[in-house]
Amino acid sequence: MAESIVMDVRDFSFTYPGVEKPSLKKINLPIKENKITAMIGPSGCGKSTLLRAMNRIHDLYPGNTYEGEINLYKANGEKENILKIKKENDFIRLRQEVGMIFQKPTPFPMSIFDNVAYGLRLAGIKNKTELQDRVETALKGAAIWNETKDRLNESALGMSGGQQRRLCIARAVALKPRVLLFDEPTSALDPISTGAIEELIAEIKDEVSVVIVTHNMQQASRLSDYTAFMYLGELIEYDDTEKIFLNPGEKLTEDYITGRFG
Amino acid sequence: MSGKLFRNFSFLSATLSFFLLVGIFAILFTYAQDAMHAFGIDFLFNETWEADEDDEGGVFGGFIPIVGTLLSTIIAMVIATPLAMGIAIFLTEIASPKISKGVSVAIELLAAIPSIIYGMWGLFYFAPIVQKTVGGDGVGLLTAGIVLAIMIIPFMASITRDSMNTTPLVLKESAYAMGATKFEVIKDVIMPYAKGGIIGSIILALGRALGETMAVAFLIGSVMSLPHRITDPTTSIPVLLANNFAEAQDLEMSAMYYLALVLFVVSFVIISAAKFYFFGKKAK
Repeated sequence: MAESIVMDVRDFSFTYPGVEKPSLKKINLPIKENKITAMIGPSGCGKSTLLRAMNRIHDLYPGNTYEGEINLYKANGEKENILKIKKENDFIRLRQEVGMIFQKPTPFPMSIFDNVAYGLRLAGIKNKTELQDRVETALKGAAIWNETKDRLNESALGMSGGQQRRLCIARAVALKPRVLLFDEPTSALDPISTGAIEELIAEIKDEVSVVIVTHNMQQASRLSDYTAFMYLGELIEYDDTEKIFLNPGEKLTEDYITGRFG
Repeated sequence: MSGKLFRNFSFLSATLSFFLLVGIFAILFTYAQDAMHAFGIDFLFNETWEADEDDEGGVFGGFIPIVGTLLSTIIAMVIATPLAMGIAIFLTEIASPKISKGVSVAIELLAAIPSIIYGMWGLFYFAPIVQKTVGGDGVGLLTAGIVLAIMIIPFMASITRDSMNTTPLVLKESAYAMGATKFEVIKDVIMPYAKGGIIGSIILALGRALGETMAVAFLIGSVMSLPHRITDPTTSIPVLLANNFAEAQDLEMSAMYYLALVLFVVSFVIISAAKFYFFGKKAK
């Protein structure tokens, strides 16, 4: 294979507490390095559940059952099965390597600068000039440096919705994660802001591998290199985005992308 | 027709509360006139409270009850605030839903206990414990402050818990997703987010502690003397009013209205500060 894999989901099943049937059944999915992988499928198909397993954010609420493996490949080639993580320190390390952007923008109740510096400070960076440099780089990377450079000390809550989203992306990128998970990053955004976010995601893939969950099939086809189609907790098909949208191998996939159900 | 009637009725009810407020202030102010003329602003700093033999005049100063009120309130706040925060954090972030529910019910029931019961419990059970551990007479500033703290903790804890619960789940999740620990999420996200509610609960509890009468009357000692140690007995404004009202006449009565006016103004200022703080938050 020409492209290296950064994360690898193998025979992965997931069950929520108090539910008998698993929400995800035997999922196999590779996440390729510095590529964008989109997960599409109708509501309730399990795509967000899978995404939330990839940084173990599920574990904030106890009682979930994991089966199979999700391997994270480090820069030095070592691999780690993240489902084996039990200690808080290891969770923190995992979440710094696998970042997440949520459906709604979630600026913390602090200044713009502190929002971006927050993760860096948590990671133990105390040097002021280094913090300033990395915040600036991250804000430039998220294309909001020009709008924010004169008001870095103002509350992030005063920014517009689109700016807040880009701030959250900057905040996650600042940590230099290996993988960034996006959970419907443009839901309820106007077309112009959506375009700006998509452009941003396309740009950051040089530095980080991206997994994006979306309801918007045009978005998946525009943006992603690979697409996974999920239905009722199963992964129906995974392939090059072009192949999925032009020449899908499964009838179900074709029905979904042509809008015959969903 | 009935719509108009209902409108007028609800308008009347709504304005009534306003007139009550102004009316009470006016009455206090009018009855306090004699004492205000006799003692002026020095009333606030004068330690003497003595009626003449014939009960017609005397020298009255509010310094001791004012100090007693403030000190017992401060003791109560210093003890209650950290404990109430701890309870609220435990209930929202640490305890399992089952335990959290049980403890919440217990706390709300604690808030419903009439203050005289706290007073009796404090006097017969708790005061001897204080006496044994820190000395003093049992009753006094410290005992009153601690029992006051116990009375306002449930109140503060439940308001703080409610405002912490309004922190959006996704905001907490995104802090965890940055690699924050539970402690860091509480400190950096939940506390700042709930700041308005927390400050509001502290100020409302402060107002309640200032005006509490029955429990403090049992526990503060009701002695007209300045406390020199934390365990010394003294008195507070509501306690002095409750104890002396039956016998007081003329100037003493007026002096008591003056004291009541002081308490009224202090509580009013504190509560309105809390209200305006909330109001300012909402306007944002």
